[in-house]
Amino acid sequence: MATPRGYDGVVLAVPVTVPYSRFSAHPAQWWVGRALAALAKGAGMAHRDFDGLSVASFSLAPDSTIGLTQHFGLSPRFLDFLPLGGVAGVVGLRRAARAVQAGDADVVAMIAADTNAPQSFRQSLEQFSRFSQDAVYSYGAGGPNVSFALIAQAYMAHTGLTRADIGRLAVAQRANGRLNPASLMKKPLSLEDYLSARPIAPPIHLFDCVMPCAGAEGFLVLREETARAQGLPFVRLTAAIERHNGFPDDPVMLRGGWPRDIGTLWSMAGCAPGAVDLVQTYDDYPVISAMQFADLGFCAPQELPDFLQAHDFTVAGDLPHNTSGGQLSLGQAGCAGGHLGLVEAIRQLLGGAGDRQVAGARRALVSGFGMINFDRGLGSGAAVLEAA
Amino acid sequence: MRVKKNPLIRTRRPLLPPGQRSRAAHLLTAAAAEGRFALPCCTACGRFNWPMPELCPACLGDMAIAPAPQGARVLSATTAEVPADSYFRERAPWRVGLVQMEAGPQALVHLSPAAAMGDAVRLTLMLDRAGNAVLHAGKKDEDMTTDPQWQEMVADPRDRRVLITDARHIAALPLAQGLARAGAASIYAGLPEAWKPLDTRAAFEAVPGLTLVPLDVTSDRSVADLAAQIGGKVEILINTADLPRPGGMMGPNATVEAKAAMETVAFGLMRLAQAFGPAMAGRGADGDRGAAAWVNLLSVFAHAHPPALAGYAAAHAAALAFSQALRADLARGGVRLMTAFCGPTEDPWFQTFAQPKVTGKALADGIFAALLKGQEEVVIGDLARDLIDRLRDNPKAVERDLAQGRM
Repeated sequence: MATPRGYDGVVLAVPVTVPYSRFSAHPAQWWVGRALAALAKGAGMAHRDFDGLSVASFSLAPDSTIGLTQHFGLSPRFLDFLPLGGVAGVVGLRRAARAVQAGDADVVAMIAADTNAPQSFRQSLEQFSRFSQDAVYSYGAGGPNVSFALIAQAYMAHTGLTRADIGRLAVAQRANGRLNPASLMKKPLSLEDYLSARPIAPPIHLFDCVMPCAGAEGFLVLREETARAQGLPFVRLTAAIERHNGFPDDPVMLRGGWPRDIGTLWSMAGCAPGAVDLVQTYDDYPVISAMQFADLGFCAPQELPDFLQAHDFTVAGDLPHNTSGGQLSLGQAGCAGGHLGLVEAIRQLLGGAGDRQVAGARRALVSGFGMINFDRGLGSGAAVLEAA
Repeated sequence: MRVKKNPLIRTRRPLLPPGQRSRAAHLLTAAAAEGRFALPCCTACGRFNWPMPELCPACLGDMAIAPAPQGARVLSATTAEVPADSYFRERAPWRVGLVQMEAGPQALVHLSPAAAMGDAVRLTLMLDRAGNAVLHAGKKDEDMTTDPQWQEMVADPRDRRVLITDARHIAALPLAQGLARAGAASIYAGLPEAWKPLDTRAAFEAVPGLTLVPLDVTSDRSVADLAAQIGGKVEILINTADLPRPGGMMGPNATVEAKAAMETVAFGLMRLAQAFGPAMAGRGADGDRGAAAWVNLLSVFAHAHPPALAGYAAAHAAALAFSQALRADLARGGVRLMTAFCGPTEDPWFQTFAQPKVTGKALADGIFAALLKGQEEVVIGDLARDLIDRLRDNPKAVERDLAQGRM
């Protein structure tokens, strides 16, 4: 497999978050529109001047991105729709980056948005996928909690991870989230709280689970010269990978798809895993964050217990992780959970993360993961961003 | 021992597990309905796949289902403590496992509490309360009756109250005796025309917990009277009412006899459905011993109709058609409608028919086995099995065979 061309000249700018709410009477279209407005405001451009629109959403039906052009008065020449859950952010970024690099578009508005009503989480579980309908949901209707419990059980046996190891990630993340005014979860979380939480589907307990909510995340993908012309501060994209159904023959998910492509990722990025200043993993659930550290090259799976004990994952620590608080603190706004890490990384690298700013943040690793279609998460992606 | 229900407590209304399935997945429903173990299998390369894909992921061949090895090993296990769906929420904690099947693929299963990570298990394809095929895994040689998740999907007569609609049927006495052995809480056996002698009366009266009750399924009044007395108690109903009267279309009494057969077999079923169906469907979740199953004992000639049994076969065909409506109605309460098909039985009305014929004991055993596996269909006896297989293979040939008097 040839190493892909670099993302030279591709930059990311204007990280925006439409503040989340637990439930919303507004449909996903409204949340997309609010993100679009925030992007236009942040860019100092008219939204009609965005000539690319990439939308990730689960709850946009019966619309797809094309209907939104009329909703919002856009005339884009690049259009993308990514109902791909937590991997949609990286996947959308890769496509948009190539489009702006090749000149097929100048400014792509990247938006992930989903709404949430009291019944909608259960309804989305019932409708999630054909394989889920045929062979998952009618087995106890536990949703992702049961699917991830089965993966977590096997992974903990494989690696020797304990709940106390994994809990370090959840506890550090909540500490980070408490510094983020947008966080829905404000209560402090101790390791003891984590360990004594209510069992949901053991080994998954309450504080392993994200809270479904409504919200939107967005940023712009454009060429460096366009950003400079607009006077926009930006960060660079140096590497990105994606892989779907990476190891179909593994009996149980003991790795995501990342190990197939990490050589490409780090060679494109021109650095080693240890050379990043912060990491944003897909944190639905923390045991999957742990798996990402191993799969992305920070340590071997069996070294994870020591790795998690050895590092401080708070914004002031030696390996700041999910610095916004992640979905575990902010809530999971559907597909926006996959964009959240990218938006936070851009914010950190631009120095705009307020109380939770990581000092001297120059390089960030962001990973995305998504779609438990049947027994495993199918999509894995990762990107490396650098301050300009 | 059946515990008396507290009359002050509201009867739990039946809920069903999530019921959406792809069209292809219903191939598995058919196998589960008949108690067969089969898995999705590629017609080109022979690879087993799970869940049912539209085409084989290995070679893109077309998919069908095929008999498969039932062994598996538990890769991982958990308990859904807080299910998203109300049916499971009120039955939580619900045990779920991920297994490596000997057939090749992995699958989520309803996992017996006795089985843990690493254990060898045996898979069963069953119908859940929504009537869809699901995989259950239990340890090899485990007594499944101690697994509440298994018990939720089958119709175990233990501690249940059962009505056999016609004590004069050849299978009625073995059914009653078997139900008593299986621990049924009480057994009611319907007796039409009670003034006629019943040769087996003493044997019936010797069955513990059995009561002979007047029941004539050809009478609206009789069916309604019995339903008024015990309709709210019946948890398994086994309809044995039958009227075998050989004869072709052109016989002198053909119309009269066909009408009589219809009255008993088809309209009798309809009367029973009207009188007993609503209460049973409403009690599908009444404790862990709520209404579970309705069994219709039908002739295999409901499927293939010998000219020499024209009226009789038509009545059974009509009853089979009614059964599908009844199945849909009972399914709303999670109560299973099972059809037991058999060929000519060892009783005087089939005296002239060639062997092999089916004994009452064989019928009863076949019905019990199917109830204990939660089946929707069971075929009892070699002749019936053979006829149904041939009918699937070549229906016209069966029609010609029957026309020439060959079974």
